[in-house]
Amino acid sequence: MTTPGNLRRVDDTIWELPRSHRKGMRVPARIYGTEKLIRAMDDTVFEQVANVATLPGITDYAFCMPDGHSGYGFPIGGVAAMDPEEGVISPGGIGFDINCGMRLVRTNLTRQEVAPHLKRLVDRLFDRVPAGVGKSGLLKVSRQQFKKVVEQGAPWCVREGLGWEEDLELTEEGGCMAGADAAAVSERAVDRGFNQIGTLGSGNHYLEIQVADRVFDPERARAFGISEPGQVVVMFHCGSRGFGHQVATDYLQSFLEVMEPKYRIPVLDRELACAPFSSPEGSAYFRAMNCAINMAFANRQVILHRVRNVFAEVFGRSAEDLGMHLVYDVCHNTAKLEEHHVRGRSTRLLVHRKGSTRAFGPGMAGVPARYRAVGQPVIIGGSMETGSYLLAGVEGGQQTFFSTAHGSGRTMSRTRARKTWRGQSLRDDLERRGIYIRTASFKGLAEEAGGAYKSIDDVVEATELAGLSRRVVRFAPMGNVKG
Amino acid sequence: MPYAFLDDLAPADVAFRAWGSDPGELFRAAADATANVMVEELDSVRERERRHVTHARDSLDMLLFDLLQELIYFKDAAGLLLRVTHLTVAEHAGTWRLEADLAGEAVDPERHLLGVDVKAVTLHRFELRATADGWEAQVVLDV
Repeated sequence: MTTPGNLRRVDDTIWELPRSHRKGMRVPARIYGTEKLIRAMDDTVFEQVANVATLPGITDYAFCMPDGHSGYGFPIGGVAAMDPEEGVISPGGIGFDINCGMRLVRTNLTRQEVAPHLKRLVDRLFDRVPAGVGKSGLLKVSRQQFKKVVEQGAPWCVREGLGWEEDLELTEEGGCMAGADAAAVSERAVDRGFNQIGTLGSGNHYLEIQVADRVFDPERARAFGISEPGQVVVMFHCGSRGFGHQVATDYLQSFLEVMEPKYRIPVLDRELACAPFSSPEGSAYFRAMNCAINMAFANRQVILHRVRNVFAEVFGRSAEDLGMHLVYDVCHNTAKLEEHHVRGRSTRLLVHRKGSTRAFGPGMAGVPARYRAVGQPVIIGGSMETGSYLLAGVEGGQQTFFSTAHGSGRTMSRTRARKTWRGQSLRDDLERRGIYIRTASFKGLAEEAGGAYKSIDDVVEATELAGLSRRVVRFAPMGNVKG
Repeated sequence: MPYAFLDDLAPADVAFRAWGSDPGELFRAAADATANVMVEELDSVRERERRHVTHARDSLDMLLFDLLQELIYFKDAAGLLLRVTHLTVAEHAGTWRLEADLAGEAVDPERHLLGVDVKAVTLHRFELRATADGWEAQVVLDV
């Protein structure tokens, strides 16, 4: 890949495109990564992050995280904070899969205790957490109930007995975004989502049984409930399913109709469609997007409930007895109103994070009380072969409005990956290495081969070197349910 | 096959180019390409359920967008894999109109070799144009 000629190295892990890079940039763009990661980024990342820098109301910089790669509108890994009075909201800064995110659940089991039951656990999880094309969830709700779910999020599930009260405290935003209004959502979006609560989806979505294989920061690991290497956890990655995809599709089109004619904002890329946050269109999207955020919280809450039930059934002990506490639930595709310090003043900003995780530092409001001294947990999913990470937010995160990476980031296209690996042989190879996989699609499995991704170790190390987050625990895969 | 998947246009997702001698043929090819992302063998989809869709737009490319979006909608809303059985695309007084009959069946993991779920048709590098030989479209699907 070639990097732009005027990309300037500001620091070991911070690279900057000046405003002069392209016409219309209101702020410079900053891309985070080691030289190795920056050189491997595709050209579109630089073009897209420069486009983001042209959006009205953008504050300080347009950012891209070390796992950045080409996206739609924003690059994946893109972060932009907008002034809510003067600035815009853009579905392209959030993604089609609104509130795609990660959940991490701990157990008090060791690798040795889980290994003899691994196949049964994965097989039962594959049955109880539907995955793949066109799969409905096991939870049946009416369209009217679904509208309540999207306004109320995970607390609705807990009230229905699908979780523990403490799960809510351990979910970003308590599992419910305020300001969600089902009246702002189309009936087509409801049609696409009301039968999908508790489903994984496909593509890069997965549910994985993992084992802690390296503890970097014992104090924070203990605070997050990970006491030693060898402890087994469950991590999963999914979002708002067809409901969120339709909300994004609906508003992308409604914004394109008004962006230039009504608000005089030039369209550089149709995927970067936007409207003023304070406009009727922007406000309606924000209310609908909050519904999609809540759908994703509810989706992950129901999956957590199924995971606990499967472990309880297989081990013949209650989930409480197995210590299956939620470590945390993070979002990585959202726009949220947050208070940040800008040039010494506390300022309210609409922070878009697309393929980027909020990473609040120690002492900040919004971090669960039990973690406040050590910082917010950040869950970074790797490929099914290479492992995943638990990180913590740090004070230095203020440079990116407390945002960090979200995953490992692709380096090889899906089409090329399919030509390079075969799904069945990849599964057999992983099984020989002790990783048991159930998949709804061998084609999809081949596309998710570890070799198609950047090194997750390089990505998280870059976030630590840049002072965005710190490594706490690394996990290795044991069993995986793939959509 | 009147469509081809592209290697590097969208690394994290799926891109394809489709062709036809007229807009109708192009739309059928693009619909099959979209369905083919979700199911590997299109001939394994039997015609058991039918749907009829109509759309009108002032641009032909957004009319194609609407048709592809319908396939994604029915996949989620009714669990259906659908193909186009009959389709007309016509322009009148600056408005393009689409009428399409779709047929297919519910996703059946026992009989269908499934691919990946399509979340959305994107407008990223989305193109539809007349060529010397007919019509061509380039589409990136979010998966």
